[in-house]
Amino acid sequence: MKQGKNAFIFSFLIGPVLLYLVFVIGPYLSSMVFSFTRWKGLSANIRFNGVNNFIKLWDDENFWNALSHNAIAVVLLPLVTISIALVFAFWFTQGVRGSRFFRVAFFFPQVMSVVIIAVLWSFIYNPQFGVLNGIIKFLGIKSLESFPWLGDSSTIYWCILVVVVWQSIGFYMVLFIAGMMGIPNEYYEAAKLDGASLPVIFFQVTIPLLWETVRTGLVFIAIAAMDLYAMVMVITSGRIAATSRAADVLSTYIYETAFENGDFSYGIAMAVVMMFIILGLSYFTLTSTRKEVLEY
Amino acid sequence: MNQKPVMFNKGFSISKVAIYAILLFWSATVVLPMVWATMSAFKSDQEIFFSPWGTPAKLLWENFSRAWVKAQLGQYMFNTFVVILPAIFLTLLMSAMVAYVLARYTFRGKSFIFYLFLSGMMFPMFLALVPLYFVTDYLGLRNTYVGLILVYVAFSLPFTIFFMVGFFKTLPKELSEAAIIDGANHYQTFFSVMLPLAKPGLISAAIFNFLGQWNQFILPTVLMTNEGLPEGQSRYLISQGLYFLQAKQGYESDLSGMFAAVVIVTIPALLIYILFQDRIEAGLTVGAVKG
Repeated sequence: MKQGKNAFIFSFLIGPVLLYLVFVIGPYLSSMVFSFTRWKGLSANIRFNGVNNFIKLWDDENFWNALSHNAIAVVLLPLVTISIALVFAFWFTQGVRGSRFFRVAFFFPQVMSVVIIAVLWSFIYNPQFGVLNGIIKFLGIKSLESFPWLGDSSTIYWCILVVVVWQSIGFYMVLFIAGMMGIPNEYYEAAKLDGASLPVIFFQVTIPLLWETVRTGLVFIAIAAMDLYAMVMVITSGRIAATSRAADVLSTYIYETAFENGDFSYGIAMAVVMMFIILGLSYFTLTSTRKEVLEY
Repeated sequence: MNQKPVMFNKGFSISKVAIYAILLFWSATVVLPMVWATMSAFKSDQEIFFSPWGTPAKLLWENFSRAWVKAQLGQYMFNTFVVILPAIFLTLLMSAMVAYVLARYTFRGKSFIFYLFLSGMMFPMFLALVPLYFVTDYLGLRNTYVGLILVYVAFSLPFTIFFMVGFFKTLPKELSEAAIIDGANHYQTFFSVMLPLAKPGLISAAIFNFLGQWNQFILPTVLMTNEGLPEGQSRYLISQGLYFLQAKQGYESDLSGMFAAVVIVTIPALLIYILFQDRIEAGLTVGAVKG
């Protein structure tokens, strides 16, 4: 069945490749070019602008403000989410009773849409009828009883990060559970014979044997920490400027610059920076966590 | 898979109590907000404000119909399915075709094609948005279902292809060879032998694509607007529509309707999740591990 092989291959590739070139690769590549232009508004008046967009970025306070918020997420989210997820996964693979119920509950936010989660939590944080202040009232903390969690620039971003952790735990937990199920019994039995306690087993058996999966998780969440668009937009109801930009992240600032202010080339330049940060982060995470792989 | 020894022995200890306390607390953060949202969905706005913890005095089912009709949730749902069902179908079909060719054939430029698709996973979508807006506009596809379907498919291809290549490589070679010896041509071999065999992989891919496309927010925000539509009609997809309603709370508040909307959108997800829990968890994380 040699004849027709090339025609077959061509017919299977042509559609997907064209679609992909037009809507994905084309836009990506042209963005890299447009980041060196000046392109404002819907006019077709695009001029070469050298590295001026990037120079402008350097002096743009809002850009650094947004980036600093991403930086907080990039440091905190992996640490907090991955640690909690690892501990939960460990407990559930070590025979905690009711683990099936807990697993379903913890993973559920993952199947809810991010927008729904953001709407729900904006209600939870609501100073007038929200659950959070209801609990605070119940505990009798008078000074915080009607504190506007999302209306105060010192708390808004932290409140958002809490939701991100809450939402993403389930995914990493299930990822680690799958990994832990693959660790052969003998390691645990040997450790048990040596009289190792649960924490010792966790740090000296489970974590080293699971390291490759943990690295994957770290890269994922670091990349996710560079996005956060839907969560921030919805939980703030799009009123980012109104909260003194206390929750602005790179993605929301890019959207505002390009699509609300019509400064396309400047928004694109920011996205190029974002791309380099993501590539750098992935590279850094993978190289800095490289260890001798334990085969089993 | 190994059955783990039970490290948690029977009996009582302080650390065990602490572990259960933590687990119960965390599940409360998931369950209580859902219960609270469901109760609030049946209340009047007055009740939500003045007795946020009480049970509803009367079950106000009209909150749900108001959310569905007046807030156009029904329209948003309809738009979403019109886009994502064909998009998922096309994503699976095209990814399977490309992945099959990449996994089973040798030809010139093969690794170029592979890396071309792989490279699409490295860039943040935000980098593509502006040109994407103008490309779809130029092709007359902006604000159309077809346009959004094609864009969803294009952006879902890299990951799904990558996943399916791995899957096709695990299928035994003998089967396709046998089919060819039996006189099947390349197309018949693919559609009647290989594709049915790839069903478990396709189901996983369908699950992660469904969740990904259902959640998609930035693409419809940029490409689907209500420009030029008469009052009362909307092209919005569900995530966009909910955001629109949420932003509207600032000047035209309908809290109970909003709670009802949250419940309406959550219930199908909850049901599907309870029914297919293992499949969904496996589908999502298998996809992730391969990535």
